[in-house]
Amino acid sequence: MEIKVFGPGCTNCHKMEELAKTAVKELGVEATVVKITDIGEIAMNGILSTPGLMVNGKIKHSGKPLPSLEKVKELIKAEA
Amino acid sequence: MLKDFSQYIVYSLLAMEQGRLAGALEFFIYDTIKIFFLLSVIIFVVSIIRSYFPPERTKKILSHKKEFIGNILAALLGIVTPFCSCSAVPLFIGFVEAGVPLGVTFSFLISSPMVNEVAVVLLWGLFGWKIALIYLGTGLLVAIVAGMIIGKLKLEKWVEEYVYTIKTMGAAVDMAKQTFRDRLVYARENTTDILKKVWAYVIVAIGIGGFIHGYVPEDFLVRYAGPQNPFGVPIAVALGVPLYSNAAGVIPIVYALMEKGMSMGTVLAFMMAVTALSLPEMIILRKVLKVKLLAVFVSIMTVTIIGVGYLFNALL
Repeated sequence: MEIKVFGPGCTNCHKMEELAKTAVKELGVEATVVKITDIGEIAMNGILSTPGLMVNGKIKHSGKPLPSLEKVKELIKAEA
Repeated sequence: MLKDFSQYIVYSLLAMEQGRLAGALEFFIYDTIKIFFLLSVIIFVVSIIRSYFPPERTKKILSHKKEFIGNILAALLGIVTPFCSCSAVPLFIGFVEAGVPLGVTFSFLISSPMVNEVAVVLLWGLFGWKIALIYLGTGLLVAIVAGMIIGKLKLEKWVEEYVYTIKTMGAAVDMAKQTFRDRLVYARENTTDILKKVWAYVIVAIGIGGFIHGYVPEDFLVRYAGPQNPFGVPIAVALGVPLYSNAAGVIPIVYALMEKGMSMGTVLAFMMAVTALSLPEMIILRKVLKVKLLAVFVSIMTVTIIGVGYLFNALL
């Protein structure tokens, strides 16, 4: 499974990355978490507001406020 | 009721003597409760409305809209669509790619940071609803007019070329359908989020009204940008442009300036300049706009905001 976190480097983006990693660990799923910081690439992926979360090519979350850890787990589980 | 409560705290609970300090404290408690109550309720309501207008939806609404109508819609959507300057670039590219006209995109980018519920509530609580409405109305007007001018000038050529070559991959947006319950949860989280960010500024602003009242020394800005000086507005705007703050952060300064007798139009213009134009935002936007377009944008905004300042100095 491929998880992408989008964010140019704001605090919330770091938090989102941590959330995704924790969720993957706690769920025990096989997944790579990639952080995308290039602003052109963020736009190219169709993310309008950061931080964004994409699981297997589908945008699952974008913008603030951040989802809870439980929510992130749910979003990832839906694709597992 | 709220007045009785503040009086109860000051005179019964704290057993203070009637006097200047007690009066100030009473005023402070009253205003703090009133403003935080207003903030919580209004941010909560706006957050619910906001949950219906994520940027993806706004983009769809604005794509291929005609100018004028598009500018008005963009300015209005700017109030409710969540957006922070760190997302300005992906948002800009996404809008352009979806066929939102350049001027309409600018109306959105201008209105979003400048006109928002926090600014309006704080102005309402501290200066009354008339000033709040005036700020809301003129903020929208500035966003609409500046966006229309940029649209009329046909400056698409001054957007960085790569913006036009980016094709979004059309990734499937698979965000869960929200129930009304989800929206309430979102609104609650958003309200706490915003309150956490602004409470300190709000307390300082109210404190200025209650305690520092009459003690702030006459400073540079007021002496040179007071009501008598015809250049007051441009000076205030010129000082406000490089300053960077959100609406809540600028409110204490605005309050202090008002207290020291700076005229309303000048103060509103200063507040708009601080919130709508800032160095960090320019640096971020430089990634998608050529220097020329950035310069045109800043100039148009500066002139429009100065115009608003003069207008209200003449009217109020």
